Amino acid sequence: MYVAVKGGERAIESAHAWLAEERRGDISVAELSVAQIREQLKLAVDRVMAEGSLYDPDLAALAIKQSRGDLIEAIFLIRAYRTTLPRFGASDPIDTGAMDCDRRISATFKDLPGGQILGPTFDYTHRLLDFKLAADGEVPEAPAREAATGDVPHVTEFLNREGLIEEAPHDDTVPPDLTRAPLEMPADRALRLQALTRADEGFALGLAYSTQRGYGRNHAFVGELRIGAVAVEMDIPELGFAIEIGEITLTECETVNQFKGSKTEPPQFTRGYGLVFGQSERKSISMALVDRALRWEELGEDNVGAPAQDTEFVLYHADNIQATGFLEHIKLPHYVDFQSELELVRKLRREAGAGQFQEAAE
Amino acid sequence: MTEYNFAYLDEQTKRMIRRAILKGLAIPGYQVPFASREMPMPYGWGTGGVQVSAAVLTPEDRFKVIDQGADDTTNAVSIRSFFERTAGVATTTTTSEASVIQTRHRVPEEALTEDQILVYQVPIPEPLRFLEPRESETRKMHSLEEYGLMHVKLYEDIARHGHIATSYAYPVKVEGRYVMDPSPIPKFDNPKLGNMPAIQLFGAGREQRIYALPPYTQVVSLDFEDHPFEASKADHSCGLCGATDSYLDEVITDDQGGRMFVCSDTDYCEGRRAAGFFGEMSAENPSAPTMTTQRNLEFQT
Repeated sequence: MYVAVKGGERAIESAHAWLAEERRGDISVAELSVAQIREQLKLAVDRVMAEGSLYDPDLAALAIKQSRGDLIEAIFLIRAYRTTLPRFGASDPIDTGAMDCDRRISATFKDLPGGQILGPTFDYTHRLLDFKLAADGEVPEAPAREAATGDVPHVTEFLNREGLIEEAPHDDTVPPDLTRAPLEMPADRALRLQALTRADEGFALGLAYSTQRGYGRNHAFVGELRIGAVAVEMDIPELGFAIEIGEITLTECETVNQFKGSKTEPPQFTRGYGLVFGQSERKSISMALVDRALRWEELGEDNVGAPAQDTEFVLYHADNIQATGFLEHIKLPHYVDFQSELELVRKLRREAGAGQFQEAAE
Repeated sequence: MTEYNFAYLDEQTKRMIRRAILKGLAIPGYQVPFASREMPMPYGWGTGGVQVSAAVLTPEDRFKVIDQGADDTTNAVSIRSFFERTAGVATTTTTSEASVIQTRHRVPEEALTEDQILVYQVPIPEPLRFLEPRESETRKMHSLEEYGLMHVKLYEDIARHGHIATSYAYPVKVEGRYVMDPSPIPKFDNPKLGNMPAIQLFGAGREQRIYALPPYTQVVSLDFEDHPFEASKADHSCGLCGATDSYLDEVITDDQGGRMFVCSDTDYCEGRRAAGFFGEMSAENPSAPTMTTQRNLEFQT
């Protein structure tokens, strides 16, 4: 006798309770606080803010705790929360030239106005496990010196003065909003950049890497990479002027790309651009390379059929929340469609078998 | 969850979705782009259907959710409880009592009425997608009514297999104009879409598309004169209720090749059993073969 599958409701409740228990882990080990995650797993927090499209370190840290460290799950929590928030308006464009830089390096000039600032980077650390951290996380105070004041000009501006790099004229067009209008093709650069800044880091990295290995190569130099805090200002209609409403940390990457010229453009350097919430060099460099690859059409370059040049391919597959949802949905029951396939395969096999028999008889 | 608006979405978002629905109803079978929101459940798990349901539900509605025809599969349970919590609407598992039915992969066996709305969850709304991956191309093909590629695909199936080798998500033509994906329902369900008194709404959240069939719309499954469309199902009757006219799931009952067929529409099956019908493997059937072990397929809790 067959008893139909029932009890989904009870199963779900019990699964959730078990999950909560697993999340806490061994209760003889102290519980992790949201503040600890925010302070000590900062780069994870930054990734969740960037791909979750919401700048709030506390909420991102909470999401990481709730998701047991599964960052895509944490990003998902942030996205789902973000959609419910009211919108008061849009800030003025931020000025990254006025950034308080923690790090600012150029790979194209040995020295330049504003200087090279190495900042807190893993770059030259030797990747040896530090067993001291297992016992005691206390560190000696890092040497400090007075920070330079004043704006730090962009490297691309120096090249621009000589006319060696393509113009990037100021544009006051209100950019489209990916979160308020369906993503439709063709997508202009503002929309592409919007999609890329919240794109999955791994996907962006893989695509960018593919351009370096020849799938749509665009010869990128890191003209400049800067990380630091910038002020966010907003026009308040009642006041009639802009006021600072807060400060956010950003990573900005500007690439300078070789370009021999095309039918429509003279030989000159071209630009790729990456801008990401928090500290994420890998993501911002990847973004700049993919941005540059996607610009083939406006620069009159050939489409060599590389994945990174294909706007539809890149933009429709870059979002990890969409991707993981659809990928994981194949866990859901598919009894009905599978059943119809079963019937079809049985029928086709029956007929193929009968056909073979007939052939043999002939 | 009092901090959320009725049915979770804010009123502006619901208005945006309703506009897309109205446009969809005005152009049956046409895929209307809409600014799909991130929902608190994953893309691919019914976010399109959930947004459409949220936009059409009113406090007076009675809501039913089925997945694979069943009310108690885990994802159906999850979506039903989401609306119980966020909208406080009454829910039911009885098809005829529901005013809004959200479904994944099935059309209920019981005929629907003019007072009902059927909301489909759609994974890939574009019927031409697996013939042409580019959205920019497929939109052009729809606007030019350029469906040759689809006919060639169906023809090639016949040339190769002797049949159209599509058993679910079988493409239909709506009012002689748009080729439409009916969502991954078995082709057995296709004939129910045409001339249906209820409103049918299709929501694809991840793909940001809504489309619709107003009541009594002409919906024709694509076929050829010499290879007419055939709505097929397993050639058995339901082991529990004996129905011969319902879509059946195959259930493996032991590791010796034993299996039985049962209605995929659980409400239909229960209704028939309550009315005194029983199948050859039902407990109420005196001539039912007795199995050596009583199986309990409940989820372990």
